[in-house]
Amino acid sequence: AAGMFLRLLSDMQWRAAHLKWRRMTSSQRSTSTTAEPHPVSLPAQAQVVICGGGIMGTSVAYHLSKMGWKDIVLLEQGRLAAGTTRFCAGIVSTARPVSIELKMAHYSNKLYQQLEQETGVQTGYMKTGSISLAQTQDRLISLKRIASSLNVMGIPCEIISPKKVVQLHPLINIHDLVGAMYVPEDALVSSANVSLALATAASRNGVQIHERTSVSHVTVQKGRVTGVETDRGRIQCEYFVNCAGQWAYELGHSGEEPVHIPLHACEHFYILTHPLTEPLSSSLPTVVDPDGRIYIRNWQGGILSGGFEKNPKPLFTEGRNQLEIQNLQEDWDHFGPLLSALLRRMPGLEALQIMQLVNCPESFTPDMRCIMGESPTARGYFVLAGMNSAGISYGGGAGKYLAEWMVNGYPSENVWSLDLKRFGTLQSSRTFLRHRVMEVMPLMCDLKVPRWDFQTGRQLRTSPLYDRLDAQGARWMEKHGFERVKYFVPPGNDLLDLDHSKTFYKPDWFDIVGSEVKCCKEAVCVIDMSSFTKFEISSTGDQALESLQYLFSNDLDVPVGHVVHTGMLNEKGGYENDCSIARLSKRSFFMISPTDQQVHCWAWLKNRLPDDSNLVMEDVTWKYTALNLIGPRAVDVLSELSYAPMTAEHFPSLFCKEMSVGYANGIRVMSITHTGEPGFVLYIPIEYALHVYNEVMNMGQKYGIRNAGYYALRSLRIEKFFAFWGQDLDAFTTPMECGREFQVKLEKGMQFVGQEALLEQKQNGVYKRFTMFILEDHDTDMDLWPWWGEPIFRNGRYVGKTTSSAYSYTLERHVCLGFVHHFDEKTGEELVVTTDFINQGEYEIDIAGQRFQAKAKLYPFSSLFTQRRRKDEVELSGYQRE
Amino acid sequence: FYLTPPQVNSILKANEYSFKVPEFDGKNVSSVLGFDSNQLPANAPIEDRRSAATCLQTRGMLLGVFDGHAGCACAQAVSERLFYYIAVSLLPHETLLEIENAVESGRALLPILQWHKHPNDYFSKEASKLYFNSLRTYWQELIDLNSGETTDVREALINAFKRLDNDISLEAQVGDPNSFLNYLVLRVAFSGATACVAHVDGVDLHIANTGDSRAMLGVQEEDGSWSAVNLSYDHNAQNEHEVERVKMEHPKSEEKSLVKQDRLLGLLMPFRAFGDVKFKWSIELQKRVIETGPDQLNDNEYTKFIPPNYHTPPYLTAEPEVIHHKLRPQDKFLVLATDGLWETMHRQDVARIVGEYLTGVHHQQPIAVGGYKVTLGQMHGLLTERRARISSVFEDQNAATHLIRHAVGNNEFGTVDHERLSKMLSLPEELARMYRDDITIIVVQFNSHVIGAY
Repeated sequence: AAGMFLRLLSDMQWRAAHLKWRRMTSSQRSTSTTAEPHPVSLPAQAQVVICGGGIMGTSVAYHLSKMGWKDIVLLEQGRLAAGTTRFCAGIVSTARPVSIELKMAHYSNKLYQQLEQETGVQTGYMKTGSISLAQTQDRLISLKRIASSLNVMGIPCEIISPKKVVQLHPLINIHDLVGAMYVPEDALVSSANVSLALATAASRNGVQIHERTSVSHVTVQKGRVTGVETDRGRIQCEYFVNCAGQWAYELGHSGEEPVHIPLHACEHFYILTHPLTEPLSSSLPTVVDPDGRIYIRNWQGGILSGGFEKNPKPLFTEGRNQLEIQNLQEDWDHFGPLLSALLRRMPGLEALQIMQLVNCPESFTPDMRCIMGESPTARGYFVLAGMNSAGISYGGGAGKYLAEWMVNGYPSENVWSLDLKRFGTLQSSRTFLRHRVMEVMPLMCDLKVPRWDFQTGRQLRTSPLYDRLDAQGARWMEKHGFERVKYFVPPGNDLLDLDHSKTFYKPDWFDIVGSEVKCCKEAVCVIDMSSFTKFEISSTGDQALESLQYLFSNDLDVPVGHVVHTGMLNEKGGYENDCSIARLSKRSFFMISPTDQQVHCWAWLKNRLPDDSNLVMEDVTWKYTALNLIGPRAVDVLSELSYAPMTAEHFPSLFCKEMSVGYANGIRVMSITHTGEPGFVLYIPIEYALHVYNEVMNMGQKYGIRNAGYYALRSLRIEKFFAFWGQDLDAFTTPMECGREFQVKLEKGMQFVGQEALLEQKQNGVYKRFTMFILEDHDTDMDLWPWWGEPIFRNGRYVGKTTSSAYSYTLERHVCLGFVHHFDEKTGEELVVTTDFINQGEYEIDIAGQRFQAKAKLYPFSSLFTQRRRKDEVELSGYQRE
Repeated sequence: FYLTPPQVNSILKANEYSFKVPEFDGKNVSSVLGFDSNQLPANAPIEDRRSAATCLQTRGMLLGVFDGHAGCACAQAVSERLFYYIAVSLLPHETLLEIENAVESGRALLPILQWHKHPNDYFSKEASKLYFNSLRTYWQELIDLNSGETTDVREALINAFKRLDNDISLEAQVGDPNSFLNYLVLRVAFSGATACVAHVDGVDLHIANTGDSRAMLGVQEEDGSWSAVNLSYDHNAQNEHEVERVKMEHPKSEEKSLVKQDRLLGLLMPFRAFGDVKFKWSIELQKRVIETGPDQLNDNEYTKFIPPNYHTPPYLTAEPEVIHHKLRPQDKFLVLATDGLWETMHRQDVARIVGEYLTGVHHQQPIAVGGYKVTLGQMHGLLTERRARISSVFEDQNAATHLIRHAVGNNEFGTVDHERLSKMLSLPEELARMYRDDITIIVVQFNSHVIGAY
């Protein structure tokens, strides 16, 4: 059956293209042994070896060769475009909720459109448009949010009525629809032929392509890729690109130094039919019915329809030898619910004759986003895989970004949300992946409301206080495998269960978080913040200080006991990490970074610290439990517990001291709270955690102490205009652009990474500016809540997007944070953003198509800061993370 | 009078019980996956009993069905006591010593059996002390004997059956100062019960049978079809060997009177049974016990009635016939059932119905379109029908219930007829026994993976 399908999807062009590049490679070798299985011997060395001849591998090869890299070998274990790529449904859809994915899909669409002209290979490209249907109001809201972000990118898109849907596609039953989104430029392609076209172009640019060659493992020496072992011999290389699709996980684990690529395959089914009596037009739009969990496209006069069922079937958990792709069974009973959804959506198709049910495995990742980038442990080892069934939509853009990454050191867009280094070894357990992808695949169609959490693969990393907090009503979310408290449900307070609390409007925890915030402002709260990444860097001499002074932008040569907020910048001055560093002694430093920095920051520092055995960096994340005591009475609780004066004169802000708390000694107390409120963070060796927590809670009783969660923290930090890394700050944002010049010491007497770029920005100005918006005419009870990614309009023109938002219980308004750009009205060129430009505009924030007036501010409300201790630092230490 | 399907279900499911052997480390290392059991009464109260337990001091699992007659007292006593006798017979000398020492010094006893009981399966509280003392005497004798040989399961089963029957007889002869207990032990001894017991340990399956209940193995052939293998012989008039045995044990002069109208001495259907001292004791003994016994016993015409042609007792034994079977991967399940089932269903049908139930729940034959012309609508209809069929199979969560449904409700075409089922289940108590007997079924499912690995 699979053989028949190959002929159907990729017509004679496959052969033509195939012969074309085969002829070229063989003419280079001056042999013409076309009949033999391996006509061309492998080269002994190459600059780049790409493993995988699907859409990803060929796209990377295509873009690398376009960017001038020529010494590239692409290896494919079977035939080009024969894996998931061959079976893929061929829908190019730009309707993606995540902006970087949207950009990739948009680029792919443009690339495929001109590919046939460029290569002469027929790609079957057809601009059909797509219609996403909404059966519920909530679904329509989520479509409107996507439509807003498509529109500001200049991609045509409109929200249409059910009546308009019928005009676009006569077969659709609209009786249960409330609306739809129409994206007229979405397209269909033959995915196998797109891949072959890319291969053809790459081959013309000098890329060598070898089929029936499988990679057994990649060799790594001193943390660098040195070569690739194949079943046909070894190739020395500098770069290796793992585009092995669903086999990427195994290939990553095959070497001595494993590269963890967390993805897992699930079976995916779609149906092919014979043509209708009156064959469907090939220009009929693709229909996506997420509430019915299905998609429907026209296919050779008939239809192709598949979906993402609620009960996916994961496979290859035990590895590839379990069964071959070609032998996968059609499972009609499993497809039954999707078939019902199809006939409900298009009842007129009842009499249409079935051709085949295709079982095409797709790989899924733990967070539903694809995986790209360089391994944190093996330099030169790149990965592009885990497309969550959108490989053809992302293929072009993803290949381009990865090629840029390899050639320029970083892609032209911020791809942190896709970066391999957002994962660590903790996400690569087979069991975890199997369970998580069973949740992820149905999520493809589920409604994604603000602040949803994964339910599977939980309780992996926990604080020693987990049970204590849980018993007190904690509700949990997960970050990098670590359980963190969202808020505490007071006893007797019955929150709606999960399904009902899913809303785009005011959530049910609103008052609960409000009371936690109030307690932080008026008394004292405890938040368990143990998930933060913690490193210790120390040396025998001055190596630690010297290295850190070079790698961080602020001045770390401060007196012992001081804490410094500083960025870890790249050459362009962008934030690779944002952290606080305490100087423990002359020669040792304690560094606190965001939770998801554990892998990225480690790799970044490892690659840049001098290779000196006297300079030691240790990940001590697991050694400390962190308790954040927020509020004006924190000082009283702590001084009573330690018999030490904790007032500002004795313990100024941004200070760090080891002291005893209760019976426990050696607690690192830092006078920061990450919220702008007064208080302390206690770094407690884990065996003392329970003791210190109990002491704090007992002592705190008379001061009105209570537990609080991250939602309260988030509200506090956003109302004070604190940016956090990973959400507001990224590798494309400099301290100058977010009002943090004071955290950069341009004249610290030595060079540091990013210094030049910052100096230049200081002279010439910045092209975007981090701004705080207070929503003016937004009704918290009645209106849709902002989340993040909402377009910002200045005087009616689009200037940027929000990056985070929260309700401020103090201001009793919603606060959004985001970046304002200045696009030239005629050319669209980016201009310098000045303070005047920000201050002299009328702003609106677009929430799912509805615009709300907003007041822009470049500085926080000073009235929100209850205490000022060290004048120079605290006031605008706009520093936060989540 | 008509019962709705939910009413039918609530009657059929009232006594159903399921046990799954617990998994360790996600693996079931036992050759038994679990069992389903159920009972449908025809007598009021029901005279059948069932038991299931895991041996804790030796390996293996015990399952049994007991069909009482002339009351349920004997079946009840056997269902409570027999497995203890078997378990003790299987225990090594050291363990027996340990247990005896514990009892002697008043320490806690090693648990011998873990019972798997339906809430309706009760144990007599009043008699437990008496039963325990008899059991203790048994193991004390075993300790004194100390044959030193490892215990053979076949021998253990035979010894246990015979010993228990002997104890039942003795207890009735000795009597008890407590009048309630005194009457109880007499009722136990004067009523009777057959027993069909399975002992499963790894691939070793032993069936010990006394009477006309039956054990049957369900075997899946290579082509997927089901066949039945008998693992017991009925001890009744239809069994030539059994008739032969009885005749051998008595003088030639009695040959004609031994078996009349397919009954022992023209009275008893099973040729082997527990209790039934009327067929075991001498006439003198019977008379003495009845005379000294309580009034209720004296007033009972049945107990006073001496079987005709009663010359050379005993005519009846509780000694079981033991069959050993080595389990193979194709042996998928074992059915233990009282004659109430076998009277209505052929064993081949039992094998098929249980086999299809057990496998059908897990996977229906998959559909493939192949080269056929199928439309979306046709396929949709087919799939909907399959889903419906699966959910109707799911109506029974229990293989024994499923089997009873067929046994009672099957029409001439071998499919369950709801109307018939409804009629059979709504018969008034006094009529029910005329149309059907008590039915007790245990279906044991085997773990082919474990069996294959032996």
